[in-house]
Amino acid sequence: MKQPLHALALALLVAAGIGLPDAYAQTRTDVAVAAPWHVSGIDPAQDGYTFQRMEVGETLVDADATGALRPGLATDWTVSDDGLTWRFDIRENVVFHDGSALDAAAAASSLNRAMTRPGILSSVPLEAIEADGNAVVVRLSEPFSAVPAVLANYTTMILAPASFDAEGNVVAFIGTGPFAVDKVETPLSLAVRRFDDYWGEAPAIEAASYLSASRAETRALMAESGDADVAVTLDPAGYAQLKRVDGIAVEAVSIPRSIVLKLNLARGPLADKAAREALSLAIDREGIAAGILRFPDAAATQLFPPVLKGWYDADLPPLAYDPERAAELLAGLGWEKGDDGILTRDGARFALTLRTFPNRPELPLIAAALQDQWRAIGVDLAVSVGNSSEIPAGHQDGSLDVALYARNYGLTPDPVVNTVDDFGTGGGDWGAMNWDAPEVAEALTAALRQSDPEARSAAIHTVASALQQELPVIPIAWYQHTVAYPVALEGLVVDPLERTYGLSAVRWAR
Amino acid sequence: MAISLGKLTLGRIVQAAIVALVVGVVGFAMMEALPGDAAYRIAAGRYGYDMVTGAAAEQVRSELGLDRPAAERLLTWVGQTFTFDLGQSAVTGERVGHAIDHQLGHTVELALVAVAVALLIAVPIGVLAGLRPGSLFDRISAALAIVVRAMPAFLIGIVLMLVLAVELGLVPAAGHGHGGNFVLPALTLGIVLASVLTRVVRNAVAATVASDAFQFALHKGLPMRAAFLRHGVRNAAVPVVAYLGVQMALLLEGVVVVESVFSWPGIGHALTHAIFERDVPMLQGTALTLGLMFVLLSFLADLACRALDPRLNT
Repeated sequence: MKQPLHALALALLVAAGIGLPDAYAQTRTDVAVAAPWHVSGIDPAQDGYTFQRMEVGETLVDADATGALRPGLATDWTVSDDGLTWRFDIRENVVFHDGSALDAAAAASSLNRAMTRPGILSSVPLEAIEADGNAVVVRLSEPFSAVPAVLANYTTMILAPASFDAEGNVVAFIGTGPFAVDKVETPLSLAVRRFDDYWGEAPAIEAASYLSASRAETRALMAESGDADVAVTLDPAGYAQLKRVDGIAVEAVSIPRSIVLKLNLARGPLADKAAREALSLAIDREGIAAGILRFPDAAATQLFPPVLKGWYDADLPPLAYDPERAAELLAGLGWEKGDDGILTRDGARFALTLRTFPNRPELPLIAAALQDQWRAIGVDLAVSVGNSSEIPAGHQDGSLDVALYARNYGLTPDPVVNTVDDFGTGGGDWGAMNWDAPEVAEALTAALRQSDPEARSAAIHTVASALQQELPVIPIAWYQHTVAYPVALEGLVVDPLERTYGLSAVRWAR
Repeated sequence: MAISLGKLTLGRIVQAAIVALVVGVVGFAMMEALPGDAAYRIAAGRYGYDMVTGAAAEQVRSELGLDRPAAERLLTWVGQTFTFDLGQSAVTGERVGHAIDHQLGHTVELALVAVAVALLIAVPIGVLAGLRPGSLFDRISAALAIVVRAMPAFLIGIVLMLVLAVELGLVPAAGHGHGGNFVLPALTLGIVLASVLTRVVRNAVAATVASDAFQFALHKGLPMRAAFLRHGVRNAAVPVVAYLGVQMALLLEGVVVVESVFSWPGIGHALTHAIFERDVPMLQGTALTLGLMFVLLSFLADLACRALDPRLNT
């Protein structure tokens, strides 16, 4: 019986040998990226972030790794005294990947087209975007300090006029970046090659590929076997495994994405500020950060992570873990433990349903930990793991109790736009729900309109401290962005704003 | 008792039409019955969840006419399908026919290689076991088949990836585009398929060997090898081919998982995402294609069986 099995094993190995990647150890000129997200289409409104991260498309305004704005396709920008007119001077001698020249008219028409799609521009009180000489002029109906930050978002990438058909659909992604699209195979892969007429410094590598590998196990194994050079968003097990592999570097950087609990304040038990404080005190953030996320530093002490400079407030008293104090607070509100260990008040049980989703694999695990930790203080939490969109849907129809998600405050380098959407008047799909806080809405409006740094930072301080005291959402952890890459790939900088994979700056060591 | 080829063909065409209708209506009804608001799901698929808001969902709803009555939307789809127009994906906006054209090609390539792998594994093992039913080899191969069949396909895939790609560095772990990318997904699917196929081959061979006709061949003095090649193979092949035709269902089940594990851009991957994202045109298109493929494959299996066994034609 041994013979046929041996022969079979040999045959399989020979068959497997056909596709051997040879010459692997030699100097290379390409980089392969593996990430969880699909390339569903080529419209910047859709999966534009992938085209931004692969450095195919560029925005008028760019941001460095600290979040500071810097010139992109616009070399400079100014705002009128009334704050209603922004002028962006368009960089000269820039050509699109099809050879056509970038001018103000092309940039304005690309932005006007972006306005018709869902995206960050819908948060701006826009009147018009027009070309004026060599500048793009943005006219507003009311002042909005974050216009440059908005124009750094991927949905505002500038595409060549030939990218669109008559109806404004994107038929080809013709950008201005250091890499041009070679081939798009929806929904899984994207190949790019170096664009030799790039206006900035030419990349050292000649080509790069992006593969959507939805399973974290697959990405980790691809990194370990060398099939992927840059593997992003690893699960804790994959991160720990790759850390032990020689020749592979792993990095975890704190990014402006926070894992938070959204609370519907119209639910009886959640209306009391003291009850929300009790729920927050019952959460062992350090345990969750160390046990589930495997990064003890990820435990949130407030909503905005330190990477959001100007918004993170070091003076705020940190969120604490004190289940005994939590129990006292709830007892003070008249809640008493029933026979089943669950709190009741006036015949109503302290029972809530939490909605979350599995696309970020740690969320269901955190939900289970919360269920356990809240049960200890007598709160009955049912967990429903479904689709992310059930959270905004539940916000709109009022059926939501509690939701757990990771919110990206870095969609623009200045988080004021998201913050206004989330905590402004009426709350937001991914923010407060039935929270009445006129002073916060007022401060946010000030932060949005003021360009004066001091007045702005006072307004932001008001917002951050109100969020910390009132807890319309309960912060749990700050997201860590994880990346694995070969040590031989030099010059890779992990961008905390997730705007780029940094491929134009890398080179393979000899 | 036997049916003529013409009747068989006609029967399969009628069957294909029924399958198309049933798949269309049932698929549509199941998507309607799923909880949650489709406009939000589609918006999440299109714009990523950071960008899903009530406003984006409402835009999707009015653009796709999701507030029209379900019956009206179903009838629109049926009408379009009759003109061989599968519509546009709700999420990507791509023509469904165009998308399926690519995906089906990738899946069929993968399935064919997987079947070849399965035959390479199952035929030698099954024949050896079937020639000596009850032997130690027979029992060990049975146990192995059960163990493998009981393992989820993604586990087999990950183990193969660990051993062949990570430890031995022989093949790429995942992806698409190079010949080497075929190895792991095809091997995974082939092994899953081979687990049951081995037993089918073994039983067919054992039944053939035990038959009077085969025993007569031995009695008339043919050596085992000659008797099996002359009188055994063809007889034993009929149930194996028939089974392979039916096995396509298992293959497709495996494809759904294996394509995701290995990032293979096939129709199984497209089908699962169409369900997650409530992309009804895409789901209808992929389910319809798979249903019709199934009918076609069983028809081909019938034809092959008839070629192997002329008695079926009389």
